[in-house]
Amino acid sequence: MKGFVNSIQSMGTLDGPGVRFVVFLQGCNLRCGCCHNPETWQMGIGDEYEAQEIAQKASRYTEYFGEVGGITVTGGEPLMQAKFVKEIFTLCHERGISTCLDTSGSILNSEIKALLEVTDHVLLDIKYTTDELYKKYVGCSLEKPMEFLKAVNEKGIHTVIRQVTVPTLNDTEQSILALKELIQDYECVEKIELLPFKKICAVKYEREGKDFAFKDIPTPTAEKMKELIALL
Amino acid sequence: MNHENWNGFKRGVWQEEINVRDFIQCNYKAYEGDSDFLAGATDRTKELMKKLQLLFELERQYGGVLDVDTVTVSSLTSYSPGYLDKDKELIVGLQTNRPLKRGVNPFGGMRMVRQACKAYGYQLSEQIENEFRYRTTHNEGVFRVYTEEMRLARHCHVITGLPDAYGRGRIIGDYRRVALYGIDKLIEEKKRDEKALENENFDTEIIRLKEELYRQILFLGYMKEMAAMYGCDISMPAKNAHEAIQWTYFAYLAAIKEQNGAAMSLGRVSTFFDIYIERDIANGTLTEETAQELIDDFVMKLRMARHLRTPEYNELFGGDPMWITEAVGGMGEDGRTLVTKSSFRILNTLYTLGSSPEPNLTVLWSRDLPEGFKKYCAKVSVDTDSIQYENDDLMRPIYGDDYAIACCVSAMKVGKQMQFFGARANLAKLLLIAINGGYDTTSGVHIGPQMPVLSCDKLDYDEVMERLDIYMPWLCRLYVNTMNTIHYMHDKYAYEKSQMALHDTNVGRFMAFGVAGLSVVSDSLSAIKYASVKPLRDENGFIVDFETEGDFPKFGNDDDRVDLIAKDMTHKMITELRKTPAYRGAEHTLSVLTITSNVMYGKNTGATPDGRKSGEAFAPGANPMHNREENGALASLNSICKLSYDDCRDGISNTFSITPETLGRDEQERVDNLVTILDGYFKKMAHHINVNVLNRETLIKAYENPEAYPNLTIRVSGYAVNFHKLSKEQQKEVISRTFHEAM
Repeated sequence: MKGFVNSIQSMGTLDGPGVRFVVFLQGCNLRCGCCHNPETWQMGIGDEYEAQEIAQKASRYTEYFGEVGGITVTGGEPLMQAKFVKEIFTLCHERGISTCLDTSGSILNSEIKALLEVTDHVLLDIKYTTDELYKKYVGCSLEKPMEFLKAVNEKGIHTVIRQVTVPTLNDTEQSILALKELIQDYECVEKIELLPFKKICAVKYEREGKDFAFKDIPTPTAEKMKELIALL
Repeated sequence: MNHENWNGFKRGVWQEEINVRDFIQCNYKAYEGDSDFLAGATDRTKELMKKLQLLFELERQYGGVLDVDTVTVSSLTSYSPGYLDKDKELIVGLQTNRPLKRGVNPFGGMRMVRQACKAYGYQLSEQIENEFRYRTTHNEGVFRVYTEEMRLARHCHVITGLPDAYGRGRIIGDYRRVALYGIDKLIEEKKRDEKALENENFDTEIIRLKEELYRQILFLGYMKEMAAMYGCDISMPAKNAHEAIQWTYFAYLAAIKEQNGAAMSLGRVSTFFDIYIERDIANGTLTEETAQELIDDFVMKLRMARHLRTPEYNELFGGDPMWITEAVGGMGEDGRTLVTKSSFRILNTLYTLGSSPEPNLTVLWSRDLPEGFKKYCAKVSVDTDSIQYENDDLMRPIYGDDYAIACCVSAMKVGKQMQFFGARANLAKLLLIAINGGYDTTSGVHIGPQMPVLSCDKLDYDEVMERLDIYMPWLCRLYVNTMNTIHYMHDKYAYEKSQMALHDTNVGRFMAFGVAGLSVVSDSLSAIKYASVKPLRDENGFIVDFETEGDFPKFGNDDDRVDLIAKDMTHKMITELRKTPAYRGAEHTLSVLTITSNVMYGKNTGATPDGRKSGEAFAPGANPMHNREENGALASLNSICKLSYDDCRDGISNTFSITPETLGRDEQERVDNLVTILDGYFKKMAHHINVNVLNRETLIKAYENPEAYPNLTIRVSGYAVNFHKLSKEQQKEVISRTFHEAM
């Protein structure tokens, strides 16, 4: 089947283990204030690809993947095109390529559960630890990613929890400890990663003619990041 | 034969004939562990290095040349001994009588020497002017024979950078032979070869060889004299590691005193040294610290090697390089790795002495290399940007397991093969000459078959290819004939006595041709094929610019539509070159390598159909044009993997720059990911890669503030440079290259 793709990067090392072929899908159901890819929000635009084409492209790079690398599908929100992603992952598995899903985990349905059957790694964003912040700056409830995490945990998929550290919103000791508590019962979680909020995407908002909600929020200092990471 | 200095070594064929490979195979101890055993620099090394750093700084302040001896012709015994610090040095020997002082070498050509002296505020002495009034130089010989067309081709830069005014270089003596056998044995063997010629018919070949052997033997004698001036008797085999390294260095020193070739490569010495070091460690005369100290001192000497060049030369080969290329690692034909502890030790000099472009450390990468070594190499790359990698799994089946690299990417069996260096032809310019029917718009020269300018409103791919099928054969024949002239004259007037004395008498020869602008010409042909290219003409009807509409596939995106055009161009080129026989039965080879001359080639080439503006730099070597790679790092590597080593046996150079953040989050990840990428790249049968892990911002800061970054080393094109030694123009070009970055 066909799906909408924003762009493809033949090499990524930051989204999943090892060296990875990264596919950015087009379309997202959320409007996070900290989003650094506003060009991927709109549905139904972008380049149309067959799942087969994507798998074929990925397989041109298998030599570089080593023992832990593979394909990562991110976005946008890949769960918006779960059937498409499932087909890509199934074809990749046939070619011996490890699969990784980078998601905000805000949707869960039978198609997505089927996708998880062919997913080896999940990178799950838990953006904040309160429902209030989630509703205000993400556009869904905190329950959503937690439900998703539960489903991932049941399947026993290797999971990394990621959070963008946004000063004034989640850069406190209290917030980090709350995050740890939130996920402590999920055995699938192997690591928490804190990523500093960055503003190099401001130009993209300008280009897109969109409002960058967090444009006035400062980026966290390196010391602050170190301090927070030490709490993990 | 046996010798007491060989005690403890395993016996083998190497004792009966000159066979360093057999000695290595019989005696080396492979090392499969990690780098934990390495020692740091000793206080002695640190003090000596500090002194050398001061001299480097002084040299920089003096505009790149510290001092020139304008009255002595450089040769093995023409200078009194020189030292950096006589009491502290372990390995001795300088090119002239003072550290970093440059000698003059007029055998290649007088004009170049005169100009080089002048450029740095010196004047060549009357004495040398007089002496060479009665001597023919290589340069004079070449120009006596050059045809009108050869001169024109050179003038309009369609073939350029030719070694017709200085030493050709790219020859690697087997310097290890001096350490293993001593000079006397080498002379004895050469005399036997000379004697054997007496039964031959005395034709040109035999007479020439007989005279060459005479000169080789003469210079082996000079080598001994030169060493004696430093208090060393190198007539017999070296008896320990210290002597083995010193004897080997003397042999190399003889070569760089005698010759000023562009690339004066070292070969493959570290595993050879390791055998002596292991023997000394076992008998208690050496420790890890003192072993590292010997390697450090040797490398310090290599870092002091200099030749006097003109500013025009620096434009081609920026950064004052010597290409003291040392091939490290690789696998043996029997499946054992050739990595030893000394492979680590020589890389460790980038920490004990700090990062540096010389020697040009070149890792021969194989999928079967020990993990510990792979990781150490990757760490060295991430930390220092000072090493390059070449595919041992690709070269070993062709050259065996005792080959080395001359210059950047030119493989040859040590002591058994040599090459005739031949710079490169400008493919982008050739395309422009072809569509203009034999006219070069940049220089205003008519050259090649004279035909009408293509008259169409939109360039037609088939028509352009038909033109190339006329002009490429013309250029290739001219190119081979020009090279034949150059190398005939080099053999006649500037023969490499010391280096050829350290080769087998019956040596295999390559003639190494090259191309520049491969990605430009490929993208241009792709534009003509897949987009719409309208030629723009000057008042005389010559095509001087292009209007390109629509998108087209660009080299560097793993797109077969254009990548195969690039592959096809190199195949056509080597096929055409082979049609004209090369001097002395040499085998034709081709490289895709530019050094830093991509800037100069671009400067002399008009606008091209790919959208490149007139005068704009080419990408270096086989690299995709800057910032046309839209699909990330691996796609770019995949495009280069498609070029065939069978067509480009003189090497395919790729310079790869990636920001640290893109390679991984921390050092451990960066090292692991780089190992994985290198494994993948070479599994796909790629030939070469320079790895830079750095940010563009660092380079911009170094561009603005050179004195703050005296040691910033980067890989440019088959070699590394101190960034501050590049011209501002070359620096700007390096800054404009693609840096693979995460989105």
